[in-house]
Amino acid sequence: MEAVISKFESADQRTAPQRTGVTVRAREGRLYHGLLTAAALVAPAILVLFVGVLVYGAWPSIRAFGLSFLTSSVWEPHPEREQYGALPFIVGTLISAVLALCLAAPFGIAVATFLNEVLTSRWRSAARFLIEVLATIPSVVYGLWGIFVLAPWVSNTLQPVLARSLGFLPIFGPPYEPRNMFCAVLILAIMVLPIIVSISLEAIRAVPASYREAALGLGATRWEMIRVAVWPACGSAFAGGCILALGRALGETMAVTMVIGNGRRISPSLFAASDTVASTIANQFAEAPSDLFTAALIEMALLLFLVTLAVNVLARWIIRPSLPGAGGRS
Amino acid sequence: MQLIIRLWLIVLLTVAVGCDGNGGDTGESGSPVRLTGAGATFPKPLYEKWAAQYARMHPNVVINYQGIGSGGGIKQITEKTVDFGATDSPMTDSQLQKAEGELLHIPMVLGAVVPVYNLPQVKRPLVFSGPVLADLFLGKITRWNDAALVTLNPDAGLPDRPITIVHRSDGSGTTFIFTDYLSKVSPAWESGPGRGTTVNWPVGRGAKGNDGVAADVKQNEGSLGYVELIYAANNNIAYGSVVNAAGKAVRASADSVSAAASLKDIPEDLRVSITNAPGDSAYPISGLTWILLYQQQADAAKGKALVDFLWWATHEGQAMAAPLHYAPIPAALLPHIEAKLRSVTSGGKPLVSQ
Repeated sequence: MEAVISKFESADQRTAPQRTGVTVRAREGRLYHGLLTAAALVAPAILVLFVGVLVYGAWPSIRAFGLSFLTSSVWEPHPEREQYGALPFIVGTLISAVLALCLAAPFGIAVATFLNEVLTSRWRSAARFLIEVLATIPSVVYGLWGIFVLAPWVSNTLQPVLARSLGFLPIFGPPYEPRNMFCAVLILAIMVLPIIVSISLEAIRAVPASYREAALGLGATRWEMIRVAVWPACGSAFAGGCILALGRALGETMAVTMVIGNGRRISPSLFAASDTVASTIANQFAEAPSDLFTAALIEMALLLFLVTLAVNVLARWIIRPSLPGAGGRS
Repeated sequence: MQLIIRLWLIVLLTVAVGCDGNGGDTGESGSPVRLTGAGATFPKPLYEKWAAQYARMHPNVVINYQGIGSGGGIKQITEKTVDFGATDSPMTDSQLQKAEGELLHIPMVLGAVVPVYNLPQVKRPLVFSGPVLADLFLGKITRWNDAALVTLNPDAGLPDRPITIVHRSDGSGTTFIFTDYLSKVSPAWESGPGRGTTVNWPVGRGAKGNDGVAADVKQNEGSLGYVELIYAANNNIAYGSVVNAAGKAVRASADSVSAAASLKDIPEDLRVSITNAPGDSAYPISGLTWILLYQQQADAAKGKALVDFLWWATHEGQAMAAPLHYAPIPAALLPHIEAKLRSVTSGGKPLVSQ
């Protein structure tokens, strides 16, 4: 900011011979300075205010339950024995987001590699456009598709096959609900795919041509070149992209709410109805029966906010070394 | 930069002019009286129809109703941000204490909650009893051909398949009526999940709103859920009869629901539960829906318009209830409602025209 101001002033002195012109322009410079500073401070102020309001709203719940809020799975709104524990929702959020990432990450990196290394540039931009369109579909549309196409397919086709062949594993065992964690994982995986593809593609494109030429010059096949020269140079970008995708998956609300079944229990089975923090807040907030219930929901919002904040900070920290200009970390 | 400033000015001017326009037409004398209400979604279609019809008869009264849920309605009338609230579950004593002033419960219409299921091979409506419904929602009965269900439906040909339970994922007056009934007929339910707009469900999956539960049950074979009658009828979903307190299996209808509300002793504040009502023809999972208003109205013109509207809705307006699958207020309840409306005052003067 200081540098900007001094630039303004030195420019004034050079181009404005009259005194009055100088003071007017200097005043204008200060005005701009003030406006820009104010605008720059508003964003962090909103963030701080946000956390403050959440902590204030969650305080009755924090005081009543303390750490047991994180470890208890009792969600009892009965007025005589109110008690809230967010464990099933926290577990549901983490499982759905992490599994979705496990599905989407290898697939997304493979897609990005294919787009850059195999397709010609014309087809690449067309394919890329289509993948990025996935990111613009509103999540309620994903949810509707989930209810009418994905969930029936999972419960009528996929689930019986998995139950018959791998039903001895608890994750494919009973209970079998028609809306379940499995549907949520699949839909989240599709939703975060564009993020992973975009970031991976940028990273792969940024790998200097000399790396590829060196690998090919040493007699590597195209596959060996990708494996030896391209991917290692993109490691941190891949990781950063995945973590950004994780942040998105953790906070996704609408589509998940519509297919996950909203069952407030922890079950080893992927075919059991489960719930996430975001979908519980969306479902219950408008009709919260008591002040403590509302406070418990706000505390869950605070948790979700802190987790996504941490995930995004982590992503920035990982992704930074491979941004253009900073050079690869190979 | 200049373009941005110009755009800003245009936006500011538009907003300023917009506000001015709104302020203008409420400030004039003889201008329309605007009544705002918010609350339960279940009676919303009827309230909107009433509001439209009433506006045709009284062009100077504009009624705006927002279906934000019973809990929201109670919150907003307590904070006096609306002229009237609406709820399917009566306010609790502690909720009433929070309100500044005496809040009245005016029953407007009745509704029924019905068990809905998806069993394509079962053609005739199934019969449920209270204890069996409680065991189903407690997860004690898990298959459709369970002995308890077969005893109630010997000829239905119930299939050997698992039952999946669908309940509400959001808080709801519908859930209150349903769990209030289960608490009355099953000690295990009362000491377990209990009654409330949202409870600690032992089994099943959740769906948002009556329409969400209806859609889920309709889509998934073997499901059992509960919705307001109007949603079962409109979505063409099979719903069961329920054995009432007199031991008779009764199917929900305007008549059987009104019969449930024909009570002998009605509490003075009209916060009456009509689930598990006595009488051969009474449908047991019935409930009232109330409008909430303050006994002392601050604004005489608004208060008068509100009381006259409620008087009309509970009298002539009742004819519009049955076509929308609501049950009209029974005659036994009407004198109590009239007395309540007569007690509404503003500055010490009664407001009702009749």
